[in-house]
Amino acid sequence: MTEKTESLDREVAEAEVAAERPTSSSGQSEFASAKPESSASEKSDDIYALVALWRSAWWMRYVVRVASVLALIGLWHLASTNDFRLLLNFENVPEPRIVWGVLVELLSSDTFYRHIAASVERVAIAFGLATVSGVALGVFMGRFRLVEDIFSPYVEIFRPIPAVAWIPMAILMMPTEQSSIVFITFLGAFFPIVLNTMHGVEQTPKDLIRAARALGASSGSILIHVVLPAALPSIVAGMAIGMGIAWFSLLAGEIISGQYGIGYFTWSSYSLIQYPHIIVGMVTIGLLGTLSTLLVRYGTRPFLRWQR
Amino acid sequence: MRIGNLWASGEGISRKKPTSVSVGLRQAEKGRVRVSDVTIEFNTNGQRNRAVDGADLSINPGEFVCLLGPSGCGKSTLMNAIAGFVKPTSGRIEVDSRRVTGPGPERGMVFQQHSLFPWKTVKKNVAFGPRMAGHSPTECDSIARTFLGMVGLSDYAHHFPVQLSGGMQQRVGIARALANYPDVLLMDEPFGALDAQTRSMMQQNLMDLRTEFHTTIVFVTHDIEEAVFLADRIIVMSASPGRLIADIRVDIPHPRTHEVVTEPRFVELKKQCLDLIRAETTRAFQQQGQSV
Repeated sequence: MTEKTESLDREVAEAEVAAERPTSSSGQSEFASAKPESSASEKSDDIYALVALWRSAWWMRYVVRVASVLALIGLWHLASTNDFRLLLNFENVPEPRIVWGVLVELLSSDTFYRHIAASVERVAIAFGLATVSGVALGVFMGRFRLVEDIFSPYVEIFRPIPAVAWIPMAILMMPTEQSSIVFITFLGAFFPIVLNTMHGVEQTPKDLIRAARALGASSGSILIHVVLPAALPSIVAGMAIGMGIAWFSLLAGEIISGQYGIGYFTWSSYSLIQYPHIIVGMVTIGLLGTLSTLLVRYGTRPFLRWQR
Repeated sequence: MRIGNLWASGEGISRKKPTSVSVGLRQAEKGRVRVSDVTIEFNTNGQRNRAVDGADLSINPGEFVCLLGPSGCGKSTLMNAIAGFVKPTSGRIEVDSRRVTGPGPERGMVFQQHSLFPWKTVKKNVAFGPRMAGHSPTECDSIARTFLGMVGLSDYAHHFPVQLSGGMQQRVGIARALANYPDVLLMDEPFGALDAQTRSMMQQNLMDLRTEFHTTIVFVTHDIEEAVFLADRIIVMSASPGRLIADIRVDIPHPRTHEVVTEPRFVELKKQCLDLIRAETTRAFQQQGQSV
């Protein structure tokens, strides 16, 4: 039912348009009594047709989204060219035109890509480690009460500590600058993956485990064929959250230390009074974060085909 | 849908697609269940609750036994004990002279909610038991095909369970349990969640399937008509504590069709069960009234 609402909407919209056409006099009479002028009625016909077109064309939604982004850029342009100052101060904010110029310039330079590559590499390593270890620990915590009792105090205490607070210890504990940044990024991704995996495992329907046992499955087979697939939607949700947190943990690490990385780039641009670069850096971070989360969502989709 | 031939006969299927798996008649010497003086108690809120009280029951190979009783009478608990999910507080359960200590593939289970693995296709669900038993992938595949054919769902092999109707899901559940060639098939209100039409069709189909398999079947239900229609024997249970109070032999000849429900003998047996259960329910109600 829910899957079909969109197409149903479309049919309803088309039916509405058909019903409001002046040819059908019975449908018209009610309408006409409300608005006696025929020209007004014709005009609202056009509006109905427009609304129907909007509701029937799937791409209209994307048109609206793109228009929304363009509108923001327009407002930004107006605010920065007029040195708008009320609550937000736009006097030092570079104009979109200038930022665009800097972006184009940066896109043709090697260093900008090196910054991006450094960040992506750190996130990839940290997220990979966090996924493997987080899922493993989460499964054991969800399956065995003793393991849960041993590890849940650590998870509860360490989880609320923000990435920035980890920076001093990370620098002191890890051998290299690179590894300390990766460590901070890892922590950001690790906790949501552990917790989501644990909850997913705990919520495995008992009947399915019973069914598997009655069919002769060993506990190892139950883990692989029942528990892990049952927890997978929850694990994927944890990975998507973890990916988001990994990016802002990474940024915290890169702002404090490092010679490369998109966080370092953004922060050093501030010190170097290169304001347009800051905005380029920010937008790049946003895009990379969104893309990597989408990658998690779509990359896992083939394994979740069985869901409604 | 092919209503007339929902569950195609296994013979027909194997003739069309010869497989190494034989689905023929099972020799009716395995599947003897012996329940001796079984009592099952649970701790609920610090109180000991007796769900089954001194149950004695002997089921012969190939027999179709219905456990009939009002809800909460412990019939599912007793079945779960035979399945090996619940450990009896005292007493002994044996299947073919081997004591039941846990679940095992020789006792197939069909649940009230289908409990298919939603992430596995219909065929993979049916192939799960054979796979766990260590059959090769090609063997698993042909076993699964055979049993899916038997429940008339060959065309749905690559569907996921969510894509099927309730009745179809339950048929897959039955095929999955049978694919392990169990000596005893335990069915816990398998048609309870289905609508009346589907349920009646499923009952008929189960009857047809029985002519193929002479597996012992223990079938839990609270539906008297269902019990009389399906069973060779009906064990009536009383509520709180759950006792076996009657052992009724259903002497209506096979094959039975749904027209049997109007026959005098059917009506008579139905009334007998109804009276027993009504007396029990009344007693249980009064007991509850006194304890409040």
